[in-house]
Amino acid sequence: MTTEAAVPSSPLESSPAEGLVDSAPRRKLRGAVVRFAGDSGDGMQVTGSQFTSSTALAGNDLATFPDFPAEIRAPAGTTYGVSGFQINFASEDVFTPGDAADVLVTMNPAALKTNLKDLKRGGLLIANSGAFSTANLKKAGYATNPLEDGSLDGYELLTIDITKNTQAAVKESGLSNKESNRCKNFWTLGLMFWIYGRDMAPTIDWIEKKFAKQPEVARANVLALKAGHAYGETAEISHYRYEVPKAPVEPGLYRNIGGNIATAWGLVAASQLAKLPLVLGAYPITPASDVLHELSRHKQFGISTIQAEDEIAAVCAAIGASYAGNIGVTATSGPGMALKGEALGLAVSTELPLVIINIQRGGPSTGLPTKTEQADLLQAMYGRNGEAPVAVLAAQSPGDCFYMAIEAVRLATKYMAPVILLTDGYLANGTEPWKIPDVADLPRLDVQFRTDPEGFHPFLRDPETLARAWAIPGTPGLRHRIGGLEKDYDSGHISYDPANHERMCKVRAEKIERMARDIPEQTIEEGVDSGKLLVVGWGSTYGAIREAVRRCRARGLDVSHAHVRYLNPLPRNLGDVLGRFERVLVPELNLGQLSLLLRSRYLVPAESYPKIQGQPFRIAEIEDKIRQLLES
Amino acid sequence: MSNVIQPAQLTRKDFATDQDVRWCPGCGDYSILANVQRVMPELGIPLDDIVWISGIGCSSRFPYYMNTYGFHTIHGRAPAIALGVKAANPKLSVWLATGDGDALSIGGNHLLHCLRRNLDVKVLLFNNRIYGLTKGQYSPTSEVGKITKSTPLGSTDQPVDPASFALGAHGSFVARSIDTEAQHLTMVLRRAAAHRGTAFTEIYQNCNVFNDGAFESFRSKEHQKERQLLVEHGKPLLFGEQNDKGLRLNPRTLGLEVVTLGAPDASGNVVTEQDVLVHDETNPALAYLLARMPFPEFPVALGVLFAEQRPTYDASLWEQNERAKAAQPADLGALLRSGNTWQV
Ligand SMILES: Cc1ncc(C[n+]2csc(CCOP(=O)(O)OP(=O)(O)O)c2C)c(N)n1
Ligand code: SF4
Ligand SMILES: [Mg+2]
Repeated sequence: MTTEAAVPSSPLESSPAEGLVDSAPRRKLRGAVVRFAGDSGDGMQVTGSQFTSSTALAGNDLATFPDFPAEIRAPAGTTYGVSGFQINFASEDVFTPGDAADVLVTMNPAALKTNLKDLKRGGLLIANSGAFSTANLKKAGYATNPLEDGSLDGYELLTIDITKNTQAAVKESGLSNKESNRCKNFWTLGLMFWIYGRDMAPTIDWIEKKFAKQPEVARANVLALKAGHAYGETAEISHYRYEVPKAPVEPGLYRNIGGNIATAWGLVAASQLAKLPLVLGAYPITPASDVLHELSRHKQFGISTIQAEDEIAAVCAAIGASYAGNIGVTATSGPGMALKGEALGLAVSTELPLVIINIQRGGPSTGLPTKTEQADLLQAMYGRNGEAPVAVLAAQSPGDCFYMAIEAVRLATKYMAPVILLTDGYLANGTEPWKIPDVADLPRLDVQFRTDPEGFHPFLRDPETLARAWAIPGTPGLRHRIGGLEKDYDSGHISYDPANHERMCKVRAEKIERMARDIPEQTIEEGVDSGKLLVVGWGSTYGAIREAVRRCRARGLDVSHAHVRYLNPLPRNLGDVLGRFERVLVPELNLGQLSLLLRSRYLVPAESYPKIQGQPFRIAEIEDKIRQLLES
Repeated sequence: MSNVIQPAQLTRKDFATDQDVRWCPGCGDYSILANVQRVMPELGIPLDDIVWISGIGCSSRFPYYMNTYGFHTIHGRAPAIALGVKAANPKLSVWLATGDGDALSIGGNHLLHCLRRNLDVKVLLFNNRIYGLTKGQYSPTSEVGKITKSTPLGSTDQPVDPASFALGAHGSFVARSIDTEAQHLTMVLRRAAAHRGTAFTEIYQNCNVFNDGAFESFRSKEHQKERQLLVEHGKPLLFGEQNDKGLRLNPRTLGLEVVTLGAPDASGNVVTEQDVLVHDETNPALAYLLARMPFPEFPVALGVLFAEQRPTYDASLWEQNERAKAAQPADLGALLRSGNTWQV
């Protein structure tokens, strides 16, 4: 497949002729995509995250994505109990966890069955033959053993009885057979460390800390890790030794970060920057719960977390907190978002600051809880009764969640308005290396409460921002009543006057529009600011679009990429940007929601490129689409 | 907060707003408002530290008429809004005005959780056994067979008794009173105000437009004595024209029975005051029996049915936060640098 050629090259594609291999026994690669797959009980997420840490320490750029089964404890050996973890790492910029894998590690037949389609033709397949028993083959739906029946001929197959090797390695620890078996993942990790020339020390440290209370388990895992590594040395597989040089990245202190943690930390930062306590109201829901979990660990920052009785109570608690002068935040996913609609309208009407984070998942209804989607954009824009405009932001990468969470708090408190921040399951659970910002470089949030009783009424507006005064209970002399009934523009009292209602609807809309003066202009991520084709994306499709556009440009195609992080209001120059291109393509993980907004707002013939399969875009899909548009 | 300086000087008038009160003439809400405005100045809480929060309904208009801070929110959600208010500022004195539909139909879930959490708020439930604002549909407290616009053939569903609901939800303070009985209502309001935790007070409120006379069978002068049992902690549970009727526990049925002092009971023994139960407001089992007495075989129990002191949600939340603050500095840079990092 030609479109794969520019992927950070797979081990098997690199050859001395390409000048990528040095004389040392390790072959140099630009990068690789590795996927670990096994039963939920096989510890693949741990293997993946430890491999990720070592990759980061080796100085590569990277992106990861876990693929959890929907069931909590699916029966062992079944295809629906398979858990996967993919990492893309390279000596150059990495924007996505990668399309197809160069290396697939499968711990059992079910993992092979469900993941083989994602391995490149000719890719390296490492299989634990010890798990390919008749019973497991049957559970995975194999009539014959694929490791032996020739059906894997198109791949570079490396079969190892990892089960047996692990048992032998950890024997001296005295663990039972069952417990020893659980060390398989570290044996596998040891082998992968050998293949990519990684240092084992940080993982050994991690194991010792993690199992400090069970020293025999710690010891067994370390034994397994070392044995896997030693296996590489002794088995005759040295042609699989690779090196991926460091990526040229900006100097600084780095860490790996996932979207939900970044969102939570962004909220902590915003609360510190605004010097205001923060109250999170939340009700557990996949994939948003980790924001609740993470914030609950940081109460030292003046953060209160409330696990409410439902999503309505969660958003109402946030509104109550804002009313009383804290930063009210709620985090949820689709079904919870649907429940919050009425309360959101209350926050619009009472003009209270509120941050609502929707970590989108597949819908409608319960939909695909563990899968990603971007189909809540129009809900965020319009999903309330009445004219109820709110600001809508979207983070574009795991690390960007940090900055957009701060931005959401900044806009909410400055304009006294609800701000919806959209992320999704892919950002929430995906990770990337993140340059740790210096706290001094973060934006200042200047929040002021009204204290002056002179001439006060609750809907007095700042002439610049149109924000009303934030007057909190307990303030001497500012007693007032607010509510969801329409208010008189001039006094803040209840009003049923027809003209006043129109005026209030318009001023609430105008207030959101004025934020456009206060947000960055639209930039071009990749390419130039005019030409034949502009690919416009939003949210988590950033990496796939950017890489696809980059590859097409490398082929000489006239295409550029703009990524919209502010969806309401849209950046003030976006219309001009769109107007400078002959065609506009909008790939989204929905049936065309941003394209609808762009078409109606700017009257541009934006072409929708929808995908709604619970999966992110592959780079190749977008690349093919661009080529189809420009080469036909 | 300046709790110390202001008390006593405040009067009823200080609590009234300039807004026209928009309830129907004759509505029981007026007398509740008047009694609340009478009691509040006594509490010694500065006006600026009081917040009235309500949902939607006639009763939920209440905050507009109180010259304090006020938040008229959405139908059923006042306890949830209050949850956030108290989390942000537990020093505020927070009062909820709610109706039987608001509190027990659309907002039943929030009320349940407010009670079990023991959020430090006062809840006044205006029970008129009807949906007033939407013009007269039956409510979750309407009696079976209620004929309304939405139930022309009579309602068929079992009503819920607010006080026993509150007890079932582990409410730490459960009381009952009547809109027009000023003395009793102000007594109950004072008790509610003094309680730390969710002080749940059900007030029978006459909706003279859509459910007039709903409580006449025990509220009217002629029935009052015979059909109201005014409970008081430590006092025998006596009622009746001559105050000669009492409640006795039947140990075999674990139920209450009405007995008459000086008269022989079913087994021929003459009843004395020793036989009559003494009200113990800290006993949830007794409170439950009192709340659920069938009417008119038994009187309606009014007063503080149950009261216990237990930790409040907001105080516990703050304590936990304070402990976390004492244990660890709020160092944002350190948080961002925590865990695995590497220098490039
Ligand atoms: C979400 C929602 N559903 C329905 C309504 C309409 N509504 C307003 S008040 C009310 C019932 C009021 O009854 P109750 O709580 O008993 O208060 P009352 O008017 O009797 O004091 C209803 C159904 C609403 N405002 N919001
Ligand atoms: S409808 Fe009933 S409850 Fe509502 S104001 Fe009128 S009398 Fe009062
Ligand atoms: Mg009612």
